[in-house]
Amino acid sequence: MPKLSYLKALNRAIGDEMDRDEAVCVFGEDVGVAVTHATAGLLKRFGPDRVLDTPISEQAFTSFATGAALAGLRPLIEFQIPALLFLVFEQIANQAHKFSLMTGGQTRVPVTYLLPGSGSRESWAGQHSDHPYSLFAHVGVKTAVPATPADAYGLLVTAIRDDDPVVVFAPSGALGVREDLDLAALAPVPLGVGRIHRRGTDVTVVAVGHLVHDALAVAEDLAGTVSVEVFDPRTLFPFDWSGLAASLERTGRLVVVDDSNRSCGIGGEIVATAAEEMRLIAPPRRVTRPDGAVLPFARELDLACQPTRAQLRAAVEKAVGAG
Amino acid sequence: MTDRTAGADRTTAPAPTADPAAALYRTVALVRGFEQRAVELVRAKVVLGGIHPYTGQEAIAAGTCAALRPDDVITSTHRGHGHVLAKGADPARTMAELAGRATGLNRGRGGSMHAADFGVGVLGANAVVGAAVPIAAGAAWAFRRAGSDRVALSYFGDGAVSQGVVLEAFNLAALWRVPLVLVCENNGFATSMRTEDTVAGSILGRAAAFGIPARTVDGTDPEAVRDATAEAVARARSGAGPTLLECTAYRFDAHHTWEHTARPRYRTDAEVAAGRARDPLEVQGARLPAATRAAIDAEVAQLLDRAVRFARESPHPDPAGALDHLYATGLRARAGAR
Ligand SMILES: Cc1ncc(C[n+]2csc(CCOP(=O)(O)OP(=O)(O)O)c2C)c(N)n1
Repeated sequence: MPKLSYLKALNRAIGDEMDRDEAVCVFGEDVGVAVTHATAGLLKRFGPDRVLDTPISEQAFTSFATGAALAGLRPLIEFQIPALLFLVFEQIANQAHKFSLMTGGQTRVPVTYLLPGSGSRESWAGQHSDHPYSLFAHVGVKTAVPATPADAYGLLVTAIRDDDPVVVFAPSGALGVREDLDLAALAPVPLGVGRIHRRGTDVTVVAVGHLVHDALAVAEDLAGTVSVEVFDPRTLFPFDWSGLAASLERTGRLVVVDDSNRSCGIGGEIVATAAEEMRLIAPPRRVTRPDGAVLPFARELDLACQPTRAQLRAAVEKAVGAG
Repeated sequence: MTDRTAGADRTTAPAPTADPAAALYRTVALVRGFEQRAVELVRAKVVLGGIHPYTGQEAIAAGTCAALRPDDVITSTHRGHGHVLAKGADPARTMAELAGRATGLNRGRGGSMHAADFGVGVLGANAVVGAAVPIAAGAAWAFRRAGSDRVALSYFGDGAVSQGVVLEAFNLAALWRVPLVLVCENNGFATSMRTEDTVAGSILGRAAAFGIPARTVDGTDPEAVRDATAEAVARARSGAGPTLLECTAYRFDAHHTWEHTARPRYRTDAEVAAGRARDPLEVQGARLPAATRAAIDAEVAQLLDRAVRFARESPHPDPAGALDHLYATGLRARAGAR
């Protein structure tokens, strides 16, 4: 079976959707030469009318895509840097997201925002290391954070076909992941449906994005002593609350590992909802970046702010009363 | 373009005003009267939140929309009733929207600053200054890409030319020659601040920097606005790209009806009186026989009577549906309290 890399999966998803639907078009900086690789080969295949290199005008081209969507197209925008989402929060959260409700349902805004390389990228320092998915979940913009190549393909396809704006965060920590798979089996993955990567009976670890792979490693490490279930929500908005509840029915214990800032991060929401509505037999725990973190440059400082396997392992052991 | 889904039919048919001069006058009179009724409804607390009156600027909406086809689209501003009506929205459903009624253009979800009617090509009024300009540019680009000759027209104020996103949109529109007409309504003020105190250089100069042809038009003369817009629209349809029209007028009333209570002082009574002396209603009215004008006035007054009655008598939306339409896909949000 061929090995599929995460980036190639994103690339395939965009190409397949452009093939399938004339209305899909791509905007972004340097998408022609595909500096991020996600758009590789698309300009040659589909031409400059569907793959547009934009000037460095994030605010304008983000709303330009909204206008194109109002007129019937399905644009995908690639952003080179996750922090650019701060620049276009107005255009996504305050414009695209609000159109459907504010017009009383007269229209839809099917735009996909793709972030190939969100989170820390090995010492790119303060303005290149944000992982701002919690902000979008907070305002209610559909938000996906795939962990594996198959999910990257499936969620991006779904995002492009969805009639609402969707942000797809491809964590830089996952871009190198490769998977053996039958390409014919690649399929859309619905929003709002989590995935259990490993079954367990003692504790549920909810891991977001690339941290799924860390959670699996920790689960493997602990295999003899603690039975860890690894739950990947795959989309943070909508969130698979019933899937989580079912997992907690089995385990009754919860640890969340989330590479975003602690205050008001998605980890807090998961813990709060579980505490309000689900079966818990021990206090839930969170492993996150520090409050208000800005990732420092030096490698050891950068790593000191990100959730580690050691922290996750300690949190799991505490949750099961062994720590 | 998705079709308008709100079900209600127009409450009246538009008046037969075959003569272009009479038709322009009718639109100016309709917008003027609508604004006056809306201010009354604000005072009566039927329209909550207040409005940004368009009074004094009606020639711009009337003239520009007269040069557009029904299948062309516009984006509008926080001061948008005039644009929405001139493009053909039903006055009764527009008034009902201001009053937050279920029968409103946006089913009561938008109100004054977000009035939208996709059925007549109004892609929405927008409350963030300058925000709609790139949206209009994107729609225009999509039309061209689809092989049609439809155009988009975007209204914005003199205050908006200091917004980065507007200038970014100028760049994209000019670079990609999108069929867009940029209409800057220079009414002299951004809230309390005079244009000369907020715009370095000039508004036309902004366009010149991007190679966009631009001219200043008397925004109190509906025919001058229509003729200038027609040229810009023809240029857009021919594939030559965007044009900027700076339409000058004077805002007769408050920036927002809130001024009637807060009373900030930023202009003198004498200045307002001088501004009001050049009245688009009179400019266009003087071009018609008195009898024609009177007949239109009477017809518009009746239409607006009915619009006000329709708005007042329409049902309020059901609170159970507060988050209906939040997602086009029908995704339901979780409740806030359970
Ligand atoms: C980006 C933004 N900043 C500030 C405001 C508050 N605000 C609303 S209208 C307005 C003045 C706009 O002036 P102008 O563009 O000249 O339009 P006019 O009100 O004169 O029609 C301001 C500052 C806003 N809505 N959006």
